[in-house]
Amino acid sequence: MDRLGTVAEKIRSKNAGPFCLTIDIFCGSAEAYARVVRGLATAQVAVALGTNGEALRRFDMPDLQVVKFSLPRPEVQGSIRDRDMHGASWAALLAELEI
Amino acid sequence: MVRVLVPSGALGLNYDKTALARGIAARPDIIAIDGGSTDSGPAYLGQGVSKYARASTKTEWRGLMEARAEADVPLVIGTAGTCGTDSTVDWMLEITEEIAAEMGTHPTIAVLRSSQDPAAMAEAFAAGRITPLSYAPEVDAAGIAACRNIVALAGAEQVAKALETGADIVICGRTTDAGIIAALPLVRGCAPGAAWHGGKIGECGALCASNPQSGVILVDVDEEGFTITPLADGAHATPRTVSAHMLYENNDPFILHEPGGHLDVTGAVYTALDDRQVRVTGSRWVPAERYTVKLEGARLAGYQTVLIALLRDPHYVAQARAWADEIEGLCTEKAAARLGLAPGEFTVELRLMGQDASFGPLERQASSAGEIGVLGIVTAGTQALAEEIGRILNPYLLHHPLTREEEQPTFAFPFSPAEINRGPVFEFCLNHVLHLDDPMDAFRLEVIAGG
Repeated sequence: MDRLGTVAEKIRSKNAGPFCLTIDIFCGSAEAYARVVRGLATAQVAVALGTNGEALRRFDMPDLQVVKFSLPRPEVQGSIRDRDMHGASWAALLAELEI
Repeated sequence: MVRVLVPSGALGLNYDKTALARGIAARPDIIAIDGGSTDSGPAYLGQGVSKYARASTKTEWRGLMEARAEADVPLVIGTAGTCGTDSTVDWMLEITEEIAAEMGTHPTIAVLRSSQDPAAMAEAFAAGRITPLSYAPEVDAAGIAACRNIVALAGAEQVAKALETGADIVICGRTTDAGIIAALPLVRGCAPGAAWHGGKIGECGALCASNPQSGVILVDVDEEGFTITPLADGAHATPRTVSAHMLYENNDPFILHEPGGHLDVTGAVYTALDDRQVRVTGSRWVPAERYTVKLEGARLAGYQTVLIALLRDPHYVAQARAWADEIEGLCTEKAAARLGLAPGEFTVELRLMGQDASFGPLERQASSAGEIGVLGIVTAGTQALAEEIGRILNPYLLHHPLTREEEQPTFAFPFSPAEINRGPVFEFCLNHVLHLDDPMDAFRLEVIAGG
């Protein structure tokens, strides 16, 4: 078991407009990509992000060696309960997952 | 072929002057730069103000006006002043006229306004001409009428109308990021898929290349595809950096919705021309049956007062969450009783910086911090009320003990007064589209003739 953040080259998260978040896992090699695709369950990601599996969209992109997740923002950007205006920190929750 | 020079991802982020000079020497047909985004939150739209300093905006805009005069091509800014309301368009126009006067020039300026009257939008909603997109918040006509500001996002059609006036400088209210880049190539008959895809890839300047901070790139669009050329020393575009940009701030990496249709890049082919330039073909534009423009709206969500305290005592650092939860409960109860408030009329929240401020209950890491910053956030219907509740919170943050038996503790406050009034806070309340018979129906174009 390794942390996703050490297997992938880079993980970034960002708003996709005020109502969505998107998280890109750049694997950096065919080997790492294969390992992430095989080892990272969508359900596991949904639990980490506190969302349900149906709301979470997943894109496996072999050409770019990227696995991308998009989801409705848990709190709308800038609303009273939102903690992260730019959606900058969400990548950390995935980086800390064990695969 | 139409050559679009993009100086950076946004006016206010600065650009590489040497690279800009290279771009001007390459004889572009237009200079296009974005001026805003929703990314910094609802306050800018709510207040109708720019995020960036006026001095930064003026310095960078002057550089672009000088470059424009040298190249003798149009200069267009989209989403002027962060949010693209009429007030920020006026702000940008004032800066432009000030610079023109200082330069001793008299450019013709076209202004495209995107602000919408909330009352008229409430009527359009009631008439079924405003429909929700995915994840749209619940809203009704009264909620729309209560918006402080609503803007419609102009696309390529409206920017093209502004360019048709022959203006030297075009200042746009809210526009889509890709629309200002796609407009001229579309007018000149380039492939629509290439124009829009080039617009999306180019919208953040050199973010689609290595050395992303350098900003300046060329987007060359033709009848078959487009070519990306970063211009700073050591900046390289590769098929990977270019194709990866479709991921950026985009929910679906293959589809981009724009006014009048959507871009589909599923079949796009990215080819390295050399170690610096990338050619893209195979992007497809799919026209929509109905012409719609997206709306953004911000309304008042209350007023806030915040307080900051620091926990350094290891006993309290170790039990910070329990301590904070207890204070939230006690303060909420006391404020309701002393001010005669119902539970829904205000909120008191404590976030623990160094422990759970980023994710709250979703945080899985155990904190190893030696100190914890306590951010107390009070939200209420008026500033006076938020401050009053902040003053009820103050003594808890200063002295609240974990147990009755211990000596009264005191925690560190960095400021006096401890209460910091944040003023009004806003919330985004629209993720909807407005249906239009003619693309210009929701927009207003004005030309200020030069000499």
